[in-house]
Amino acid sequence: MNNEIDEGLRSELQKRGVWVTSTQELYNWGRKNSIWPLQFGLACCAIEMIATAASRYDLARFGGEVFRPSPRQADLMIVAGTVTKKMAPQIVRLYNQMPDPKYVISMGACAISGGPFKQGYNVLKGIDRYIPVDVYIPGCPPRPEALLHAFMELQRKITGQKLTGDDKAAHLDREQPSEFPVPAFGAHDLEPPSNPAVFRPPQLERT
Amino acid sequence: MQSLEEIKTRAEMEVPGAKVEIVPNPGPANQPSLLLDHQHARAVALFLRDDPALKLDHCSNVTGVDWPDRKVTKKVKVKKLVDGAEKEVEESQEEFFPGYLEAVYHLFSMTLRHGPVVIRLRTTDRAAGAHLPSLTPIWRSAEFQEREIFDLYGIKFDGHPDLRRILMWDEFEDFPMRKDYREPDDYEYEPTPHDDVLEKAKQHYPPRPQLDGAENLTAAQQQ
Repeated sequence: MNNEIDEGLRSELQKRGVWVTSTQELYNWGRKNSIWPLQFGLACCAIEMIATAASRYDLARFGGEVFRPSPRQADLMIVAGTVTKKMAPQIVRLYNQMPDPKYVISMGACAISGGPFKQGYNVLKGIDRYIPVDVYIPGCPPRPEALLHAFMELQRKITGQKLTGDDKAAHLDREQPSEFPVPAFGAHDLEPPSNPAVFRPPQLERT
Repeated sequence: MQSLEEIKTRAEMEVPGAKVEIVPNPGPANQPSLLLDHQHARAVALFLRDDPALKLDHCSNVTGVDWPDRKVTKKVKVKKLVDGAEKEVEESQEEFFPGYLEAVYHLFSMTLRHGPVVIRLRTTDRAAGAHLPSLTPIWRSAEFQEREIFDLYGIKFDGHPDLRRILMWDEFEDFPMRKDYREPDDYEYEPTPHDDVLEKAKQHYPPRPQLDGAENLTAAQQQ
């Protein structure tokens, strides 16, 4: 099935009052304009997330204002703040309880890498050690504009997701996992300290 | 407020058998404190709280301190017989101080508006003897802070109503604020390592390929 429509033909038809689309486009357009985030915050980034959802920055302009208190009704997890090792299993469990398709925004330096607490004994060095992350936002904390930017990047990603074919979206692929193992509290650290199926750090070139 | 010496003598008068020691603080803060013995700690604390001249009714802060084992080498001049004649010879002597853990309480009076009075409790050692009498029955505000000290330093407070870990998970076995604690090694990915982090990250670097110069030769030279 070819989803591509000739852009020139489409705009020509639009001028004459005929609107042409495909199932994929319609489906993705609907999804990207009603991303419901999961309502939880971990640290100071959550304050910026609240500001983004409030009237001044107004996340509702992008269809993301419906913060859900239950993971069963949420599409998006905004990991806003420091993930302590004591909190990490609960985050992974919440992610597992979300229905597909689901997305993760890693907001701020702490959620990306541990941030200023990276070398601490009690802070996870990035939530991407346990769950896949779609958009990373740097900043400490990122401004509401940065979160809006991440939201738009996520919308762009959803727009580009294919429904069929070999490169179809991960949530439509039966081979792709939608749940990830919850780490256990160990005697010295979380066990395992990272999930190698998810966390593949780039090989750094040392000179 | 009365001076610390006065408080010490009055406490020892009031609580028979109590041994209170003044610990000087040579630092810029110059805030000496009272070291209480385990057996009478609660009675002395009760005296500090209820005495009409002191009324230290507010325990604002409880902290743990770790003092690890330390060795001090001293140079001592000793008279010795060298080749039949007595001479003064310098010898280095090693002195060993066993480590201990401390809980420090900062007390204020809300009614009389004075303070702080600092009191200390010391454990006998850093392992099996890391026990102290809990002062939570005297000052309720010490409850969570004593739990935190138990969590991070491993001091067991006898008589505490609910002694559990408060910050780390229950399965955790280490005491992270002790000076000999080493954090788990998760330095496999450090994009910008520096200082001691660099040293730890280097443990995870792949071994360098052994270079013998052959890789610089062109194909023609190799034949």
